Amino acid sequence: MQWLEALGREVIRWLARCGEAVILIGQTIKQLSKANWRHVIFQMAHLGVDSLPIISLTLLFAGAVMTLQIADILIRYGAQGTVGGIMAIAMGRELGPVLVGVVLSGRVGAAITAEIGTMKVTEQIDALKVMAVNPIGYLVVPRVIACMIMVPILAFYGVIIGIGGGYVVATLFKGMAGMTYTDSIQLFAVTSDLTYGLIKASVFGAVIALVGSYKGMYTKMGAEAVGNATTSSVVTSIILVFVLNYFLSMALF
Amino acid sequence: MIELQDVVVAYGDRVILDHVDLTIEDGETLVVLGGSGAGKSTILRLIIGLQRPNSGRILVDGVDVVGLSEDEFNKVREKMGMVFQYSALFDSMTVAENVAFGLRQHTELTNTQIKEIVQEKLDLVELPNTGDYMPNELSGGMKKRISLARAIALNPRIILYDEPTSGLDPITSGTISKLIRSMQKHLHCTSIVVTHDMQSAFYVANRIALLDKGKFIEVSSPTEFRKSKNKLVQQFIHGGDIMEDAGEGEKTDEV
Repeated sequence: MQWLEALGREVIRWLARCGEAVILIGQTIKQLSKANWRHVIFQMAHLGVDSLPIISLTLLFAGAVMTLQIADILIRYGAQGTVGGIMAIAMGRELGPVLVGVVLSGRVGAAITAEIGTMKVTEQIDALKVMAVNPIGYLVVPRVIACMIMVPILAFYGVIIGIGGGYVVATLFKGMAGMTYTDSIQLFAVTSDLTYGLIKASVFGAVIALVGSYKGMYTKMGAEAVGNATTSSVVTSIILVFVLNYFLSMALF
Repeated sequence: MIELQDVVVAYGDRVILDHVDLTIEDGETLVVLGGSGAGKSTILRLIIGLQRPNSGRILVDGVDVVGLSEDEFNKVREKMGMVFQYSALFDSMTVAENVAFGLRQHTELTNTQIKEIVQEKLDLVELPNTGDYMPNELSGGMKKRISLARAIALNPRIILYDEPTSGLDPITSGTISKLIRSMQKHLHCTSIVVTHDMQSAFYVANRIALLDKGKFIEVSSPTEFRKSKNKLVQQFIHGGDIMEDAGEGEKTDEV
């Protein structure tokens, strides 16, 4: 019967975590209207703008390698006129938002958990409460809003860079004319390929900030616990980005 | 006035506070003593709403705060300030920003007015030129004093001190104890001080309460506390077995 007790304990623990997460989301929504925009802008700069270099590198090479792989086959079948379109659609709908979501899960999600977790273990969160300041309104809400705004902007930027990376490979290494690549984008891609992708990116932004904040707020005491919470935050965010991406793609496209 | 009535706090089977009753009068300084893990800090956390009891009532100025929502509790908290054991200064802010934090959150004061108040509070804790420092540039004693300056920024009527002299050298401990007395004199506030430091306890207290196994076994004035016949009280005052051993040591040395 011991395994049954262990299973029961796990289920209760899992339900408790779900409850905590739901409470955090509920309180975040409740506090949204009281957001301090000065903090939001600071977080946008801190979490968003500082991520530009890593987004540039990641998406540039992702776009480049994808073109490298698809261009040969498409050219072989005489379909070089579809390379740009395929790249634009793939980048706008899937690769842009997902890759930016994954990269920011690592960079931003980890930063949020480490910062809030350290505040928790050093009693700074208690200090906020004692000074009659709601920690969720003060710490979580600005990060959630900042991520919901900045992740789509970074995804938009990433899509452009990714398509640009594809353009470089297609024209320099695959012998395609630049016009063929750009005309193909105009022919096949539609605005919704990009806008729906950006909607997904905004959802990923909320997920990254909420998971990061939750893991920080509920970290156990001690430096090791903050490290564990940070790792768990990154892993959970990446998994959620992939899972949600599938369902959002099903719903939107 | 703060009243704890029949308060119980337990984590599973482990009872921390066992049907505790305690009254803290307006303007008095009550020192709470007790062994490590006795539940001293829990009392402060209950009063300021960082933790809720399993049962019982906690009255702050006649209002039972146990059932209050966080938003409702925030109104009660505006009357209070707390000095944390490890200071809990916001490490991403300067000292001045830490002290100004409550003022920026809860008042409509101008920057100039806030700066004046911050300077006044820093003067009060005798650290007038530290406004531009970051918390990690301060010593432990300085952090505690800045934590006190931050706690008194909004002129609270109740100040809670969680181990204000722990980890400090005797001279710095003495400075902190003097500051606690000075706060009584300047702000006429009610203070609850949780400490292990007997010297500080006798210096600042109007009353001393000793917590053991979840109950207060002695609540009395410092003079009565010294005279108490309770063995644990005497152990607390005289340092328990160590002092007896020290006495033995002296005798041995004499031989």
